[in-house]
Amino acid sequence: MAASTTTVSIKSLAEESHRARSRIFGAAFLIIAFLIFWLFANGVDPVLQSTFGLNQGNVKAEDRLPDWVIPSYGTVVMLSVVSAAIGGAQLARGFGRYTHLMLGLIVLMFIFSFLTWATRDASINLAGMLRTSVGAAVPITLGALSGILCERAGVVNIAIEGLMLSAALVATLVASVAQNLWIGLIAALLTGAALAAIHAVLSIRYKVDQIISGTVINIFSTGITSFISAKFMQVYPDLNNPGTFPNVSIPVLSSIPILGGVFFSSNIFTYGAYLLLIIIHVGLFYTRWGLRVRAVGEHPKAADTLGINVLRTRYINVMLGGMAAGFGGAYFTLGSVGRFDEVMTAGRGFIGLAAMIFGKWTPFGAFGSSLIFGFADSLASKLAILRVPIPSQFLLMAPYIATMIALAGLVGRAIPPAADGQPYEKQ
Amino acid sequence: MPPILELHGITKRFPGVLANDHIDLALNEGEILALLGENGAGKSTLMNVLYGLYQPDEGEITVRGKTIKVHSPNDAIAAGVGMVHQHFMLVPVLTVTENVMLGVESLIGGVFLDRKAAAARIRQIATQYGLNVDPDAYIKDLPVGLQQRVEIIKLLYRNADILILDEPTAVLTPQEADELFKVMRSLVSQGKSIIFITHKLKEVLAVSDRINVLRLGKVVGAADPKTATETQLASMMVGRQVELTVHKEETKSGDIVLQVKELRVLDDRENMMVDGVSFDVRSGEIVGVAGVQGNGQTELVEALTGLRPALSGRAEIAGRDTTHANPRQIVELGVAHVPEDRQRDGLVLSYPVADNMVLNTYYLSPFARGVVIQQPEVDKAAAERVQQFDVRTPGIATSAGSLSGGNQQKVIVAREFSRPIKLLIAAQPTRGLDVGSIEYIHGRIIEKRGQGCAVLLVSTELDEVLALSDRIAVMYRGRIVAVVEAAEVTKEYLGLLMAGVDPATIAKPRKGEQAQAVF
Repeated sequence: MAASTTTVSIKSLAEESHRARSRIFGAAFLIIAFLIFWLFANGVDPVLQSTFGLNQGNVKAEDRLPDWVIPSYGTVVMLSVVSAAIGGAQLARGFGRYTHLMLGLIVLMFIFSFLTWATRDASINLAGMLRTSVGAAVPITLGALSGILCERAGVVNIAIEGLMLSAALVATLVASVAQNLWIGLIAALLTGAALAAIHAVLSIRYKVDQIISGTVINIFSTGITSFISAKFMQVYPDLNNPGTFPNVSIPVLSSIPILGGVFFSSNIFTYGAYLLLIIIHVGLFYTRWGLRVRAVGEHPKAADTLGINVLRTRYINVMLGGMAAGFGGAYFTLGSVGRFDEVMTAGRGFIGLAAMIFGKWTPFGAFGSSLIFGFADSLASKLAILRVPIPSQFLLMAPYIATMIALAGLVGRAIPPAADGQPYEKQ
Repeated sequence: MPPILELHGITKRFPGVLANDHIDLALNEGEILALLGENGAGKSTLMNVLYGLYQPDEGEITVRGKTIKVHSPNDAIAAGVGMVHQHFMLVPVLTVTENVMLGVESLIGGVFLDRKAAAARIRQIATQYGLNVDPDAYIKDLPVGLQQRVEIIKLLYRNADILILDEPTAVLTPQEADELFKVMRSLVSQGKSIIFITHKLKEVLAVSDRINVLRLGKVVGAADPKTATETQLASMMVGRQVELTVHKEETKSGDIVLQVKELRVLDDRENMMVDGVSFDVRSGEIVGVAGVQGNGQTELVEALTGLRPALSGRAEIAGRDTTHANPRQIVELGVAHVPEDRQRDGLVLSYPVADNMVLNTYYLSPFARGVVIQQPEVDKAAAERVQQFDVRTPGIATSAGSLSGGNQQKVIVAREFSRPIKLLIAAQPTRGLDVGSIEYIHGRIIEKRGQGCAVLLVSTELDEVLALSDRIAVMYRGRIVAVVEAAEVTKEYLGLLMAGVDPATIAKPRKGEQAQAVF
């Protein structure tokens, strides 16, 4: 026994568990392929056709693209075969680091099959639907960016929902009274910052559990906004009539076929989200500010020993995050319906947090996930119009179900900043 | 030439503790000054004062003859003082360059990070002092020895002339420690000055130019490494004569008590930490598991004691399959566990000593009748155990959290040893303890072995493993790379195995002398 080595094969087990996961993916792909066929091709009359509109409503007649008409049955069968082929290849040898790309592709095919099936012998405006998706993704993106700003510095902020709701109300109220949308918008930013400051003081200074502090702010926001809405805004309609920011098409970019209308013909909230996206991405990964913020969120003590003010960094970031949430909140009223309704954010702040996690705490990742959630959102509303034999309640669940699937860690486990949610104490 | 750094009358009080009591200290330019002392002697407090993490209640600090005020690490850095902390202050998900430049970033246009310039400077420092490391590597991918280099580079990057190294060898293999000593020599030869904090006597004698010994917050003496002996230094540290050798009788090992076959265990992040480990422990035998921290020992012990599920493989205790048993089933088989993190897994800190003494038997007679705890019985047993195991506590009603580390460990040992056991699993049983407590705990473990108990001893202290074990299993990256007779190997040989060197390529040396000094 002495000095004998255990003869374990050199194959590392990490590799083996990787392969096990790869097999699970392969099996999942095959199941999805089967579902595509079984749910969306089964019993569909092969002569039926699906029609997809590719134009926004406001496009001039000479620029209109022809509708896209495809055979419903044939398309779905083809997609199911392609999915099955990918699943087979995954089982046979695996796609390595492209596995997640394949997963995305297959999910996309599943959704497209569903759309094809839903629009058999009917038509749907695909371009319009994508446009609504982007619109729905805007507040989610802003919520996610707010979360990124806070959590990269190590403060968990689940109060984003409440921040948005309060900002939505204040924006409406102030813009209605001042008769000026911009003043309303600034009031929304300040509201977000102020409520975030409360969260910051509670969780940084007093080291209150950050989940509890956030929950308190959420409950407070729901209560106070509902109260003000019911007591004043319903009674005096002039207080609830701020108007909305106009749509502005960006020259050149907005004339790109299909995508131009989807991404570049919108209001300042969409463009603001794009701008923030880029600023936060560059800021986090290429500037001194970002390096310090990330260090504070990962290992505050290390940052402290190098003379970086941990607490100040966290205060600043939480308040910046609050302003991002405030901007997102104003979208609901000044950027969308032009009116405040009780609890109108409907969980978008929480979905934003899900998008942040799904996007692995990176701005572009979060934007991508927000688009998925936004798509689920617009899918729900579009399909309600078609004669889809699914109860509308289930369709309304779509964005939340998408959130749950994402959070259940379908695509690998996301690792948060190491010091996320932990108060920093100097010895 | 006047000293480059002087501390005059530094005093630091914490509630109820005088951590530093009028300490005077002088560091000359170009020397390595060792600061030797037990845990709790006040070494770290003193250095944290010097580095601006604590404010002293009295006393002053002078650098190159000028008195300075150190209110924050920034002030210390500005004065040319840098510190490598015992627990590295590195951000694992950032690169070497990003970690080094953090706080003193080079910028392009005042806004954007200039990673290239920083990396170039790191390469230059690396060449100058022999500290090779890839500036673009991520910290989390580097072994501990290299991470430590990054810490040193961090200080040099900030132009520190006075380097404080706080217990730098605690996490290193013997070979890595030797590398570090070379680097330290190279640094002082180029004009840097180093304060080297440690409680390891051999290292002090090997590398330092001068030795100051701290005890109970005071400087109790100085020594010259050329003439001092380990025994002298140990006595100065502890304040009395200490026995450095462990006396161990020959025993005959008996039946297999613990048998582990192809065990695989994942950690919380689903890394394979224990990767197909097989070994056995017989009654009356101590099997030591040696290895650098983080090579799967923690997960192995957790799996064997039912605290962590095993992925595959099999563990048998006294002939019963315990692979998927829960902790209580394992405890009831006669297994005692001295956990690695005594404050997290060993004690309920807010409970009184008495309750902690019966955490594993509180539900049994005579401590419970039905669902009712019989407190008088608990108190009686606790009082007896405090006496028997020499736990220094104001009383059995004192909360466990307020005891010193050594006494906390004695409470655990008292609880675990006060019932018939067949197997003892002890993980880092003497970590952070003073020499006296180490002596005591070692004696108790040897005693259990003499009574025919099987002992699995997991420790990162090679001297401890060598002194206590009959057989030694070396763990590296989740595998047992070798199982050797303790009497046949040297520390250096084990060090190479711990560093992952293939056993077949090492000529196994005969062991000359019995292992000594367990510090």
